[in-house]
Amino acid sequence: MNDTIVAISTKLGEGAISIIRVSGPESINIVNKLFKGKDLTKVTSHTINYGFINDGIKDIDEVLVSIMRAPKTFTREDIVEVNCHGGIAPTLKILELINQAGARLAEPGEFTKRAFLNGRIDLTQAEAVMDIIQSKTDANRSLALSSLEGNLKNYITTFRDKLKYLLANIEVNIDYPEYYDIEEITLEDIKKTITDLKVDLQDLITRSVERLIVKNGIKTIIIGRPNVGKSSILNTFLKEDKAIVTNIEGTTRDLVEGEIIFDGIELSLIDTAGIRETDNIVEKIGVEKSLSLIDNADLIIVVLNSSEELTDNDKFILDKVKDRNPIIVLNKNDLKAKLHKEDFTFDHIVSTNTNSFTGIDSLKQEIKKMFNLDEIKEQDYTYLANNRQLLLAKQAKKNLEEAEKSLLADAPVDIIEIDLRAVFDTLGEITGENYSDELLDELFKDFCVGK
Amino acid sequence: MEPEIIVVGGGHAGVEAALASARIGHITLLVTGNISNIADMPCNPSIGGPAKGIVVREIDALGGEMAKNTDKSSLQMKMLNTKKGPAVWALRAQADKELYKKEMLATLMQEENLTIKEALVKELLIEDKKAVGVLLEDGTKIKSKAVILTTGTYLKGTILVGSNKEEGGPHGEKASNYLSPFLKSIGFKILRLKTGTPPRLAKDSIDFSKAELEKGSDEDLAFSYDNEGALAYKYQIPCHLIYTNEKTHQIIKDHLTESSMYGGYVEGVGPRYCPSIEDKVVRFADKPRHQLFLEPESLSYDDIYLQGFSTSMPHYVQEQMVHSLEGLEHAKILKYAYAIEYDAIDPKQIKPSLETKIIENLYTAGQINGTSGYEEAAGQGLMAGINASLKLENKEPLILKRNESYIGVLIDDLVTKGVTDPYRLLTSRAEYRLLLRDDNADLRLREYGHQVGLIKEETYKKFLQKKKDINELTRVLRETKITPKEQINQALMSIPTSPIKDSITLYDLLKRPEIKIDDLNRFITLDYDKDVKKEVEINISYEGYIAKAEKEALKMLDLENKKIDIDIDYDDIPNIASEAKEKLKEIRPLTLGQASRISGVNPADIAILSVYLKKRGI
Repeated sequence: MNDTIVAISTKLGEGAISIIRVSGPESINIVNKLFKGKDLTKVTSHTINYGFINDGIKDIDEVLVSIMRAPKTFTREDIVEVNCHGGIAPTLKILELINQAGARLAEPGEFTKRAFLNGRIDLTQAEAVMDIIQSKTDANRSLALSSLEGNLKNYITTFRDKLKYLLANIEVNIDYPEYYDIEEITLEDIKKTITDLKVDLQDLITRSVERLIVKNGIKTIIIGRPNVGKSSILNTFLKEDKAIVTNIEGTTRDLVEGEIIFDGIELSLIDTAGIRETDNIVEKIGVEKSLSLIDNADLIIVVLNSSEELTDNDKFILDKVKDRNPIIVLNKNDLKAKLHKEDFTFDHIVSTNTNSFTGIDSLKQEIKKMFNLDEIKEQDYTYLANNRQLLLAKQAKKNLEEAEKSLLADAPVDIIEIDLRAVFDTLGEITGENYSDELLDELFKDFCVGK
Repeated sequence: MEPEIIVVGGGHAGVEAALASARIGHITLLVTGNISNIADMPCNPSIGGPAKGIVVREIDALGGEMAKNTDKSSLQMKMLNTKKGPAVWALRAQADKELYKKEMLATLMQEENLTIKEALVKELLIEDKKAVGVLLEDGTKIKSKAVILTTGTYLKGTILVGSNKEEGGPHGEKASNYLSPFLKSIGFKILRLKTGTPPRLAKDSIDFSKAELEKGSDEDLAFSYDNEGALAYKYQIPCHLIYTNEKTHQIIKDHLTESSMYGGYVEGVGPRYCPSIEDKVVRFADKPRHQLFLEPESLSYDDIYLQGFSTSMPHYVQEQMVHSLEGLEHAKILKYAYAIEYDAIDPKQIKPSLETKIIENLYTAGQINGTSGYEEAAGQGLMAGINASLKLENKEPLILKRNESYIGVLIDDLVTKGVTDPYRLLTSRAEYRLLLRDDNADLRLREYGHQVGLIKEETYKKFLQKKKDINELTRVLRETKITPKEQINQALMSIPTSPIKDSITLYDLLKRPEIKIDDLNRFITLDYDKDVKKEVEINISYEGYIAKAEKEALKMLDLENKKIDIDIDYDDIPNIASEAKEKLKEIRPLTLGQASRISGVNPADIAILSVYLKKRGI
C-alpha cells in the first residue's frame, strides 16, 4: 500500500465545487508539482492553501488545497484534497494531471478500505494484504456496491433478470425432469436471449469505453501523406475560439501535438510526419513514430487530397488504419474531385476545404457522432465505468460468446447453461449482487415443483 | 464387549454410519427404537434422481451400502435427463420398501463388528467435553469412544393432521422426547423443522385406466459400480401419472384453514422444494392442474404412494380431495397424509468432518443436521462413520471437496451456510457439476474408499483395471488415424457424418457431436467394457468443457488448500470487520476457501486473515 491513490470524491458535473482527493505517502509531493502557490511540502498540517493547478504551461483552475498529514486523517495516510470549480472538464483534467504525476486511480471504496486497513497494520503486512486484495479485486462482490449508483445498476439488473428466469427454468428442467407442465427451455429460447444480451452488453461496453476515452481525452491522430492539408485541419481546429489551445514541441521532427477542449471534451491532436517510404534515416524515424501512434490512438483522421487519384502512399495508409474505424477527410474539395465518397467503404467520410474552412463543422459533427458526445454530456458522469467494471463486462461478453459457441456446436442445454451462469455471476460482480442462493430462490418462487 | 462407536438411529444415515465403522474395524453398536423399521422409507418409495442419484453412486464408490441395497430391491430403474448432457444424467429407482428394509437388515446382521439394540437414547454420556457413551431411557449406561447421532425426524417428533397434534415419529412410532432438550442443555442451538407425506391408497381401489403409464428405462441399469443390470426391464413395475383438477382445488380452498399449515398449528419451517398440495394451490393459483404420480410401495403389500399430494388436512377433507381425482373416485385411503415437525441442530455447529464443535467425538448425520432425503442422509451417515473411525485411529478426517463430490457440496453447504428450511441437494448447488457425473463417481472417490478400508482388494483391483483400460483406450484413439480413402469416407457417411479430406485421429473424430464411441467399431475393434467406453466417450466429447471446469476448480482449490486452525483466536486478528469476525467465530472454517464462502465475510477480510496466517506460519 505504498502507492498513492486519487479519485474525484464529489459527483461530477453537479454542484459548484468538485473535490479531488489524494491519499498516500506521495500525495503532497504529487500535488505540489502541479500547484502554483505556497510550497505545500512546507505548510503545516490541516491547512487550506489558495493557488492554481498548473499543467506546466498554463493554469487549469483556481483552487483551494487542503493538506492533512498522517496519521490524523481518514485513511491515516497523508491526504490532499483539491477543491476546484465544479465543471467536468477542469475536474477531469486535474484528476488526469495528478494521475500522470504519479497517483494511481483508486478502485471503488479504496479510501475506506485504506482507512480500515491502516488501523494497526505495519507496512510489510500491509503490502501483502494489498497484493492479495489486488488479486482478489476482480472477484470482489461487495466493494463495488458502495460506488455504484443508480442507472448502471438498474441497467445491469435488467440483464440479470432476463437471465435469471431463463437459468432457473433450465435448472428446474434438470432437477425436476418429469414436471411435464413446466416449459422445457429450448435452444431457440436460449438463442434469442443470447442474441439480445449480446447486443445490449456490447452496447454497454461501447458506451463505457467511449466514456473512459472521453475521461482521458480522445487521443486523435491526423495522418496523411505530405501536403494534403493535415496541418491546416489541425490549425483550423485550433483557431476555433471555443478551443483552449496548447502547443508542445514534438519530440520528433514533424510531430506537432496540441490539445483542444471541444464542447467540454478534450481532444489530443497529433499531426504526424507525412507518411511515405523513405531512405532518409531521420525521416524514417518520424514515419515509424507516426505508425506506432496509430496503435495508441482512439480516433484516426486520414486526410486525402480529393483532387488527386489515390497514390500508393495513400493506399498504404488506408490499409494500416482499415480496422480502426477512421474518419476519412476528402480535403481540397474546391478543386475538381477525383475521389468521391462512394469510392470508399469506410463508415465516416467528410469533405472539407481548409482554405475556406468549409466542412470543418461536418468533421466535428462526425467526431461527436462517433463518440456519442452529445449523449454523454446529458448523462451523469458518476456511472462512467471504471476499468474493473469494464473488465467484468467484457468477461461477461466472453462468457456469452462461449455459450453461443456451445449452442452452435449442438452442446446439450446443461452445458450451455454453465456459461450463461458465468455471465449471470460476472454481471453480479459488477453490481455486487451475487449470492449463492439467488437462483434457487427464483427457482422455488416461480416454479411449482416438489413432492 | 464395550462398543467403540455407538450409532443412535437406524434410518438411512444410521445404517451407513454403522456399516462403515464396523467394516473399517471398530466394534459398533446400532441403537434403534424399532428393529423392524431399520432402513425404512417413511416417504416416497424411490431412491435417486437428479443430484441425489449421483450421491448414491458416490456412496457406492466410497464403499457404502445404499446403491447395492437399492439394486437388490428395485421395482423400476430410470435414467433421467438423457436428452441433456452427461453431467446431469441421473439414475432413479422405485424401490420395494419392504425388500429394502429386509435386505438392509440382513446386511447389518452379517456384519461381524456390528450389534443392534432396540432402545431409545435419553442422554449422552459426556466427560471433559467428550462423548463417551449413551444413557438409555431405561436408565442403562453404555460406554463408547464415539457417538454418532442419526435420529431423523424422531427428536420431539409431532404428527400434524388438521388441528390435531400428536407426539410421535413416522408410522406412529414413539418420538424421542429427551434427547433434544438434553442437546439444548449442553449448548446446541435447536431448530424446528417440518416435512410431510402424502396419503397411501389401496391398489385395487384405483382405476388405472384413467392414468398415464410411466415406465422405467429399457436399459441395463444399476446403482452399484459392482453390479450389472439390477433388474430386467420386463420385470419392472410401472408408475402412473394423473392430474389434480379444479374440483380438487376448490375443496382445498374451501377447507384451507382446517389444514395444520394454514390453520396456524405448525411452528416448524417446511422445505421450499416440497410444498404441500395446499401450498401449491395457494401459491400458484393460476395453475389449473398439478401433476401427481401413483407409485407402488412394495410387492408385498398394496399401498400406492400418491406423489405430489402431501397435505396436513383433516382426514375427512383428504377423503374428498382424493375422490375428486380422476381414477381415484373410489380410492380407499390406507394411510392418511400428515405433516411432521421435529427438532434438528444448527449444522453450523458441526465441522466438515461432521464432528460437532461443542462435544468431541460426537458426530451427527442426516435430518438431525437439517437435511431432507434418504440419499442426503445416507451420504452423511457414511461420512460420519468414516470420520468417527478415522478419529479413533488418530487420523486426519476425510473431507470431500466441492469439486470431488455432491456429498462434499452437501456437507460444505450445511456447515458453512447453515439451513433455514430442510436442505435438499440440487444440481444447481454444485458449481462443478460437469466434474460430478453419474459415470465417474468411482473414478473420483474409490481411491478414498480404499484408503479408509471400505473397498476390498478384489473390488479395488477391478477399479484399477478400469482406470488402466480407460487410459489405454484413450491412447489407442489418439494414435489411430483414418485416411480419406474411398471406403473410409463411405463408412463415415453411413454413420452418418461428413467425409474427411485429410487424415484424422479417431480421438478427433469422436469430438464430432454426432459420433458415438461405438461408431468407431467400423474402423477399429474396441474390445472394452461398456463403462470404459462410455467414460472415454464423455471425456473426449466434452474435453473442452471439462478442462474449463477443472481450471475453475483449481482456482477454488488454491484457497481450499490454505488451512485454518479451528482454535484460532479471531479476536487476536486486528482489522477484520466485526460482522465477518462474528461469522468466522460461529462457523470456524477449516480452510480459507470455506471462509470465503461464508456470507458476510468479504475478500478484504479473507486477505487479512490470510496475512495473519502467513505471519504465524500456519
